[in-house]
Amino acid sequence: MDAVSDNLIEINDLTYSFGARTIFKALNLTIKRGQVTAIMGPSGTGKTTLLRLVTRQLVPDHGVILVNGVDIATQSQNELYRMRQRFGMLFQNGALLTDLTVFENVAFPLREHTRLTNRLIRHVVLTKLHAVGLRGAADMTPMQLSGGMARRVALARAMVMDPDILIYDEPFVGLDPISMGVIVRLVRRMNDALGISSIIVSHDVQEISTVADCSYLISDGKVAASGSPDELNRASSELVRQFMHGMADGPVAFHFDAPDYEEQLLGRDAE
Amino acid sequence: MQQTRTVELGTGLFALLGMGALFFLTTQTTGGKDFSAAETFQVTARFENVGSLRARAPVAMSGVTIGRVTGIEFDPYSLNAIVTFDIDSRYDQLPDDSDASILTAGLLGSQYIGLQGGGSDTYLEEGSEVLLTQSAIVLENLIGKFLVKGDPGDKSE
Amino acid sequence: MFRDIYITLFGFVRTFGALQLFFLQLLVHSPGIFIRRFGLVIGQVYNAGALSLVIIMVCGFFVGGVLGLQGFSNLAKFNAEDSVGAVAALALVKELGPVITALLFAGRAGTALASEIGLMKATDQLSAMEMMAVDPIRRIVVPRFLGGVISMPLLAAVFSMVGLLGAHVVCVMLLGVDVGSFWQQMAQAVEVADIHEGIVKSIVFGIAASLLAVWEGYNAIPTAEGVGRATTRTVVISAIVVLIFDFMITAVAL
Repeated sequence: MDAVSDNLIEINDLTYSFGARTIFKALNLTIKRGQVTAIMGPSGTGKTTLLRLVTRQLVPDHGVILVNGVDIATQSQNELYRMRQRFGMLFQNGALLTDLTVFENVAFPLREHTRLTNRLIRHVVLTKLHAVGLRGAADMTPMQLSGGMARRVALARAMVMDPDILIYDEPFVGLDPISMGVIVRLVRRMNDALGISSIIVSHDVQEISTVADCSYLISDGKVAASGSPDELNRASSELVRQFMHGMADGPVAFHFDAPDYEEQLLGRDAE
Repeated sequence: MQQTRTVELGTGLFALLGMGALFFLTTQTTGGKDFSAAETFQVTARFENVGSLRARAPVAMSGVTIGRVTGIEFDPYSLNAIVTFDIDSRYDQLPDDSDASILTAGLLGSQYIGLQGGGSDTYLEEGSEVLLTQSAIVLENLIGKFLVKGDPGDKSE
Repeated sequence: MFRDIYITLFGFVRTFGALQLFFLQLLVHSPGIFIRRFGLVIGQVYNAGALSLVIIMVCGFFVGGVLGLQGFSNLAKFNAEDSVGAVAALALVKELGPVITALLFAGRAGTALASEIGLMKATDQLSAMEMMAVDPIRRIVVPRFLGGVISMPLLAAVFSMVGLLGAHVVCVMLLGVDVGSFWQQMAQAVEVADIHEGIVKSIVFGIAASLLAVWEGYNAIPTAEGVGRATTRTVVISAIVVLIFDFMITAVAL
């Protein structure tokens, strides 16, 4: 790996709209190598969309995305697939393949992309499952797993190709405190032990604070604030404070855009 | 790997059953009219009326299918129908004075050509014409004749 | 209002075009998958074919039995009850076999395919595959499509055969039609061309029903409701398309 720069992913001037809705306008964002970077924002700000843009499941209207210094828009389908092999992604609910066992789910990328012998595959898969503490669940089907277990299996699967970048999409949603603690610990440990970079998309402020090196808060299609969790906590911006402290009203209004209340109740529309 | 075995076994049985069914259909339900000879020779015959004879109808001798009708055309000069049919080359010793008639399989069945052997020493070969023919019996004509020749005492007209 | 019609028509033509491109994509990938990932295809033949066998055989038996009953009672008016075998065989081989099998196939295997693929989409499994640099069209859609295409003609043949057995049971064993004339008349009436027509139909129906099922699943709105709607649409559209194709093929074959 040549040390081009510390920047693993650079997003410059990104604009993307879905239908009539503009999700990102001129977004700039940098993700550093070897760190855990959190991307936070109120629901519906397109955090997941951002991940899909970075892995080019979606194509931006405007702007450049550099991964390892290479513009992903210029890559061919094959190069793209090769690039994606260096990404490991953990989907919100694990996205395990329901017709395969836990073992086969983790083995899936190996079977698709390598010609390893069954013995070697078994070795690799069991190692990864052991790392997430689920070696004993190898023969279960995804249906039999709890939400937290499914996510851990998905993590094992995301790691099985030894990626450079692990992306977590809302890894903490809907988990009980214990499972949550397990995942938080795993995220940190994977990042440091394997020397990879992690990107977490989430809005769980508490968990992010314990795990992230750097956070971006996205709102209205732009980076509203960035920095370490501490810096964000101490930020003076209204929006950042509303988000970090979970206040109901503020720059992000409690009310969805609507005609004037009085006008609508008492005005001509009421007829 | 228990599951894999079930899948393979099930698929194997299914494929065998399916192919067996196809084999059953092609052999058991057809057969009778199935005529496919590697080598054939073509013969023609003129009929005044072919009735509802169609291409691919069988040509039978003594009840055994030995050939198949390949074409039916109208000859505007002689005002006859010319029927061409292929006969299996194995049967190359059919007397050339055999006569061909258009018969019906059963009362309402489809029509076929029946050959009746003659006594000649020369045989039918590629391009021969069967000279003695008997047209299809058209039911309306038959009924018509019957009515005309029918009961002379009928005064209801 | 004209604008509505225009938009509906435009949308229809566009969807139709997209379906053709999708079909083309499947065809392009089919040989490779068939050769290199035959194991995947086998698994889908099992799902679409072997698991549909029971319903196909039960329905085939009773359809054949009904054909026997109806044929017998109507032909008996002309003293032609011996021809009941011929009637049943022609009806089964040329029409009912392929058509009813295709309708049952759409209901049993088509809905299973559509909801399976739709659910995979709704639970991000397809996206996850893309992220793992695996093309879901090749890994998921093509094997299922091929499994359906391979299964349909075999199922139709099984349906016709079991139907004939049903007719045999009803006519020969219950109504006393002579065994010899039952099968003899059948052999007289059915030609190889009739069997070919049935096979061609079942292949075409198999392609149509499988294509529609995977298409609906792959393009389902990734929610529980969207998957449900895709499943319903699979059955409805498959039934319509199968019957239209049936008419067209019959018209050409005659």
